[in-house]
Amino acid sequence: MKTPALAQVRFPVQRQRSWRPLLRMALLSAFMPFVGLSQSWATDTTPAQQLQRFVTEAGRPGNAVAGERLFTRQHGNEWSCASCHGERPLANGRHASTGKTIPPLAPAANAKSLTDPAKVDKWLRRNCKDVLSRECSAAEKADVLAWLISLKP
Amino acid sequence: MSFVLNLSLSRAAKPLRSTVALATLTLLGLASLPAAADRGREMSQNVPKSYSQECAACHLAYPPGLLPATSWQRIMKGLDHHYGTDASLEPVQVQEIGRWLDTHAGTYKRVREMPPEDRITRSAWFERKHRKVEPAVWTLPSVKSAAQCAVCHTGAEQGRFDDDDLRQPAGLSAAQKRAWRD
Repeated sequence: MKTPALAQVRFPVQRQRSWRPLLRMALLSAFMPFVGLSQSWATDTTPAQQLQRFVTEAGRPGNAVAGERLFTRQHGNEWSCASCHGERPLANGRHASTGKTIPPLAPAANAKSLTDPAKVDKWLRRNCKDVLSRECSAAEKADVLAWLISLKP
Repeated sequence: MSFVLNLSLSRAAKPLRSTVALATLTLLGLASLPAAADRGREMSQNVPKSYSQECAACHLAYPPGLLPATSWQRIMKGLDHHYGTDASLEPVQVQEIGRWLDTHAGTYKRVREMPPEDRITRSAWFERKHRKVEPAVWTLPSVKSAAQCAVCHTGAEQGRFDDDDLRQPAGLSAAQKRAWRD
């Protein structure tokens, strides 16, 4: 009397336990590719996509000549962009006060350059404040990126 | 050393084994003592990724033990005006780095004093240690600034600043080279 009752109780429980993890795994694996994709979208883009971001925001294309001018000239402060990155940032730059080596900014010389939107935004925000005492406009950012991307060794 | 240890252990003489174990423990204890006591110049092992990524983008990842906690706190509060540049960070990173600096800040002997402008290079101990370095050496193209510890201190990235690990910067004059040897 005891044994069949136990078996009756146990059986459905065991069955439930056996398919639940399977279902969970199936669900997870179904969504995993999307998680992976969204992560790679968030960090790795191309320099062209970064330029496009600012072009869209500014509502006009980037002007490489204006970008070079902005980059190499002083804007009322001690430093220009070139003070640290060099006049033609296809080679290593050097931090104007600490002397630390800075990898080349031009994507042609540095595959990692301008591929991470968060980094692009962070450094433009900080460095524009150092050079122009204000943040750069989307149009100015588009100009500088257009110039950097046009540089070829 | 390990050969000697293995040999004595393989003899399986119990008293000897315990003596060796005791000696090893004592040695280990002695070795770890100074590090624990003075929280000095050695780089701690648990450097947050944000520290190497953000701070070390512009300068050497200075070992936190080179400044007292109060100096680090002031530096972390003024990152938007950080020695002439905007080094502002996300609040999360400021918190993470700040907490780590606080934990590992210098507490031993001379690092207890706050140097002017919270500059490591203005600390009394730094100036004394470098008193024989001519001002012209700091501005050599191969050096550029006193923040470039690693130009001369080959172990600087790992927080090793021993005199044994020194290397001459390029471009020293004959007189400066002679002074280097003193």
